[in-house]
This record gives sequence, structure tokens and C-alpha cells, in this order.
Amino acid sequence: MLYDIFIDPFVQMYDMPDFFLQVLWEGFVAGILYALIALGFVLIFKASGVFNFAQGIMVVFAGLTLVGLNENGVPAYLALALTIAAMGILAYGVERVVMRPLVNQPDIILLMATIGLTYFLIGFGEFVFGGEPKQMITEELGLPTGSTAFEFGERGLVILQHIDIAAAVIAVLMVAALGIFFNKTRIGRALRAVADDHQAALSVGISLNQIWAIVWFAAGLVALATGIMWGARSDVSFALEIVAFKALPVLILGGFTSIPGAIVGGLIIGFGEKIGELYWGGLVGGGIESWLAYIIALIFLLFRPQGLFGERIIERV
Amino acid sequence: MKSIKQIALGTAVALGVGFSGLATTVAQAEDANYVPLLTYRTGPFAASGIHIANGMHDYLKMLNERDGGIGGVKLELEECETGYNAQKGVECYEATKGKGALVYNPYSTGITLQLIPKAGVDKIPVLSMGYGLSAAADGSVFPWVFNVPDTYWDGASVVIKYIGEQEGGLDNLKGKKIGYIFLDAGYGREPIPLLEQLAEKYGFELLQYPVGVKEMQNQSSQWLNVRRDRPDYMVMWGWGAMNPTAIKEAVKIRFPMDKFIGVWWSAGDDDAAAGGEGAKGYKAMNFSGVGSDFPALDDIKKHVVDAGLSSTDASSIGGTLYNRGVLNSVIIAEGIRTAQELTGKKVITGEDMRMGLEALNLDEARLKELGLAGFAHPMKVTCEDHAGSHPVFIQEWDGKQWRQASGWIEPMTDIVRPLLEAAAAEYAEKNAPWPVRTEPCPN
Repeated sequence: MLYDIFIDPFVQMYDMPDFFLQVLWEGFVAGILYALIALGFVLIFKASGVFNFAQGIMVVFAGLTLVGLNENGVPAYLALALTIAAMGILAYGVERVVMRPLVNQPDIILLMATIGLTYFLIGFGEFVFGGEPKQMITEELGLPTGSTAFEFGERGLVILQHIDIAAAVIAVLMVAALGIFFNKTRIGRALRAVADDHQAALSVGISLNQIWAIVWFAAGLVALATGIMWGARSDVSFALEIVAFKALPVLILGGFTSIPGAIVGGLIIGFGEKIGELYWGGLVGGGIESWLAYIIALIFLLFRPQGLFGERIIERV
Repeated sequence: MKSIKQIALGTAVALGVGFSGLATTVAQAEDANYVPLLTYRTGPFAASGIHIANGMHDYLKMLNERDGGIGGVKLELEECETGYNAQKGVECYEATKGKGALVYNPYSTGITLQLIPKAGVDKIPVLSMGYGLSAAADGSVFPWVFNVPDTYWDGASVVIKYIGEQEGGLDNLKGKKIGYIFLDAGYGREPIPLLEQLAEKYGFELLQYPVGVKEMQNQSSQWLNVRRDRPDYMVMWGWGAMNPTAIKEAVKIRFPMDKFIGVWWSAGDDDAAAGGEGAKGYKAMNFSGVGSDFPALDDIKKHVVDAGLSSTDASSIGGTLYNRGVLNSVIIAEGIRTAQELTGKKVITGEDMRMGLEALNLDEARLKELGLAGFAHPMKVTCEDHAGSHPVFIQEWDGKQWRQASGWIEPMTDIVRPLLEAAAAEYAEKNAPWPVRTEPCPN
């Protein structure tokens, strides 16, 4: 037993280096996708202190809008532009209908409101697009398909899916764009001010409503990118909403307010769950991936309760 | 005072409307046969559920439109959305059973397991066509449950038999590795006991890859395991969003698709199409017709779909899962017709329907008469055998559509039947005091 836990997995890694590399690559890709979802949560939490339960369904909604428009004859790039516009309208609507009337309400009320928003988007999405899964318009959007296989030793093979490489590149570009937006633009700085202290931000003339609409729009764009990437790997269906909750351990690990935390947390969870499942999962019959992420997050929490990059909140009484 | 008057008046109007509604329901129940359909058009399993729901609804609706129902009595159809959720399924059952329900088609093994103990108490049969509890095939223990034409154990035996044929005989399975990827729920776990028995008997290694409901669209770990283990064949028991994802992942790891075989619920057109060109050669078991070249399907198109009485897209008529839904409704309709003949009644009860299903004999002549010649293998239910262990065939995806890739393959009845009977006895023992069968046998 001890051999199976402490020695055998490492022997396997050494004996089949191509497979180990493949596991690392899959962990990396999964991590990137988890990070993208977590990023959507972080953006909204950072600006408004709201845990947006609807982030998962926003991923589905954005993906379905894009594919649904294309199915109805709208060219892919125009459909993309219209989907971005739809996410803008959604952000504006959420700010006007959900957020604004609930200003100064306790956090739990806002959380409940996002749960309500989730069910509204599920119902509305099914009403408009139907419940059937749709295939992502990967080629129409100019995203690469296919794969490249690298031979490794005598029998070894590492297969890289082109769409996964694209996902990694898009994630990096998106994080860079968000970084520039937050640090170099006036609105970005205002957003950080709101994140730090709502009242102080209001006192210097920053419009809370405008900032919230912008941040929900940014989260919508992240949701769209995630929907495209994940939809290309499987399909765009309402089952994707469940996958979005894989971001929870990422948030616990990375901190709810940190963009770098979402990225690093996503990668740790991605690598951790794949390596854990592939090399240690067999010891308990497999299928450990679904809970292993939480164990990894909890272990980190023992040492850093605020998450890897979260802000340590000290309240004096 | 005025407001009190308004409330009183409102209440009176509401009660009046309520009673008239009730009266309408009763009136409907008196001159119609009520068939509730537990379906799911939403949620993670909608991908499969929508086609099944459409097929079930459209065939019965067509009988109403074309023939005025069955035996001159209209069918009253009501769908209840379960979302493939056992709790919601039971809620649907409780909400509709009092309306004179004739039969329940849960379309979920989880819901079926919940309804099995209720069926005998409420006197409403459960028809789990090709799914549910395999042991329920033993009619002497489960007089109220029907899983014609096959149980999952029949299916599992067919797939092993087919693999044996590919390898030149079942004896050649010794030393082979057969992977089993399944939805980690009652449905996917159901055939495991039989597969384990067969693995022991024929000397192959059974490798199991469970896929949790939350992981349906995130299967890369399972398929990395497949890649490492290098099984000679893969067998899938998937449903909903699990199917297309699994096929895509299999393509991704370059698993030979001609050695990847799904159960009849992993045989959707959308499931296979998701894999693109790479999915060519993927196989699945089936027991219902391939394609739309059947007069009964033409009638559905003419009387229901083209008439705007259905939400079915005309292009989906003839799809594997749509046809499966149609076959399910053929069994319901034939059960009602048989019950009418047996009892001499036009409007029947759940108890009559049980008799009708138990005397079901859908032979070639009847299939032809229904406009469904060759749509299914002739099937017959007896009081002892509620599944019948009928033959199934293998179909293959050619990149655009399914085509039949084998003749009818008989399940290994000699192995399956004793195990089913033992499992039925075990179920009755575990759920003691399980009622001893007292229902009359119509055959």
C-alpha cells in the first residue's frame, strides 16, 4: 500500500514520460479554463462584494447566444459582435433591475438575487434557444481545430489540440487586457477605488452604478470567452453551468478578490486534480477529481485562510 | 366593507372557476384515456430527453388526429417536466396519478427505482422500456413493472457477445481488456454486476471509468486513463451531455472508433455528430428503427408535425432517439388496445393497462399493420418475463447518419435469466414484506 502511494506513481511518471507530459498539458488546459471562469467571479466580487452565483449560467447564455444567432443566419463575426452587445445589455439590465434596488442590502440578499438571476437566465435561455445542446462554431470564428502529435521515444505520443492552445493564448491576452484596463485606465482605477471602499469612492464622485454595469459587462465578456473555449471542447449546453462551479475551489484557493489568484489558483487546481486522478485515483476506484480540488483548496486554507492572493481582513472591535 | 365584498365575490368566482375546472377534468377522464408523460426538455439531459419526448408525444398525438384515439377513445396526454431528477419525477407522479393515469414512463432509472414500490400500491404500471431495474423483468416478482424489449443486462450481454464475434469467439476474450465508461448514477451502474460476471466467465479484464454528473462535460481525466490502460474495446453507458463529450474525447485520444460501442441510449444522432469526421465507425446497440422510411412516421409528419401540433423539427423525425420515443408510444398504444380487447371497456384503468401490457404481442403482422414493418423486432411479453430479452442490432455512424451494421443479436438469455431471477428474489427479500403476486395472468 505504501509503495502504491509513495513510490509507484513516480515510477509511472518516469516510465511513461509522454503520458506524464500529456497529463500536465491537460491539467494546464483545464486550469486555464477554470481560471477563466473564476475570473468572472472575481471581477464582480471585487467591485461589489457580490458572489455572482449566475456566472456559470452567463457562460452558457453567452455561448448559446453566439451559436443561436449563427444558426439563424447571422455571420459568425457579426454574431460575436451581437453577443458582446447582448452581454452589455444584460450587464446594464442587471445593474438597473437587480443591483441598484438592492444597494446597501446585506451581502446574502445580493447573493440570493444572483441565484434568482441564474434561474431567470436558465428559463429565458431555454425559452429562446431550446434545451438542446449546440455545437460551437469553432471554424466559423477562425479558431483552430485539429491536433498536432509529437512523437516521444519509441511508442510515446503527446497530442496537443489546437483549440486548447488557442484557449491558453486567449486566456493570457484576456488577463493582460484586464490588467491594463484595471491599472492604466481611468475607469479601471475608479473600479479599484470602488473595490476598496464604496463610500470613499462615492465621495470623490465615482458613479457606483456605472462601475457595476462595466464590471458585469467585463464578467460577461469573460463568460463569452469561456463559453467559446469550453463549448469547443464539448458542446454548449446547460450542463456547462455545473462545470462552472469547478471555479469554487479555485476561488477559495486564489482568493475572491485577486485576478492573479484566479489564474494561479486555476492552474494549481487544474494540475492537481489531473495528476491526482491519474496517478492516485486508482487507489480508491477513481473518480476523485470532483472532490480532490476542494481538498487541495482546504489544505492551502490551513496555511493561508484568505487564499493565496486574497486580502487579509483585520477587523478591530 | 367594500373590500370585504370584493374578497367574497372574488372567492366565489375563484371557487366557481375551480369547480368548473374540476368538472371539466372529470368529464375528460370519463371519455378519454389519460396518459401522463414524464419527460425532460430542460437541464443537462435535455439533449437526449427532447427527442424521446417528441417521439412519444407525436405518435400518440397522431393516433388522436388520424384515428380519433384508440378504440374510438381519445388519448389525453399531459407532459410533466422531471429534469431527469428523481425527486421531481416523484412529484410529477404524485401530481398526476389521481387523474386516472394508465401507465408511467419515467425515462430515468433513478425515477423508475422510486416508482417501483408505488406501482403495485397505486395500481398503475411502470413501463421502463429498455432501462430501469433489470431484475424487474421477472414478472412473478414485479407484476407492475415492464421493461420490454430488453433489460440492461440483456444489452450488456449483447455487447460482449458482439465483441466476442469480432474476436473470433467468446473464448478469445481471455486476456483482453474491455473498458466500461458510464454515467455514475443508478443507470450507469446497473449493468456492472452482469459485466463482472461475464468478465469472470470469459477471462477478460473489466476496466471501469465512472463519469459523475458534474463531470459530464469534463471527461479528460477518464479518457487519459483510457489512453494509459489501452483497453481493446470501450463500452459506454452514457446519457445527455455525457455522450457527445465522450465521443469527442475518444476522437481526441485517437481511440479506434470501431472498437467503441455504446448502449442504445448512447446512440443519438447529435451524440455521434459531435465527434465530426473522427467519429466515423462509432457503434451503438439499437432496438428501434433507423431512418424515417416508415408509413407511420409519414403519418406523424402529416397529421402532427406539419399541422403544427408538435414542437418537433421535421428534420429530427427518423433520428435514433426520436424513433425510440415512437416505439415507446407504440408499446403504450398497443397495451391500451390489448387491454380494451381483454376487458371489453373503452376507457380503461391502470389495472386494465397492466393486463394489456402483460398480454402484449407485437408481431410482424401487427407491426406491418401499424405502418412500422421492420421498425422493431417482434416482441412479446409474458406473465413471467416482462422484458422478453429480445434481439438487438448494432448500428454504425458513417459520419453523417447511422446505418445498421449487424443482424439481430440474441442476448445471452441462458446466463442473464437466472441472474435476473436471483436479483429479483434478492430485491424482494431486501424490501420485505414484498407483496406476493396475486394479479391474474391474462395469457
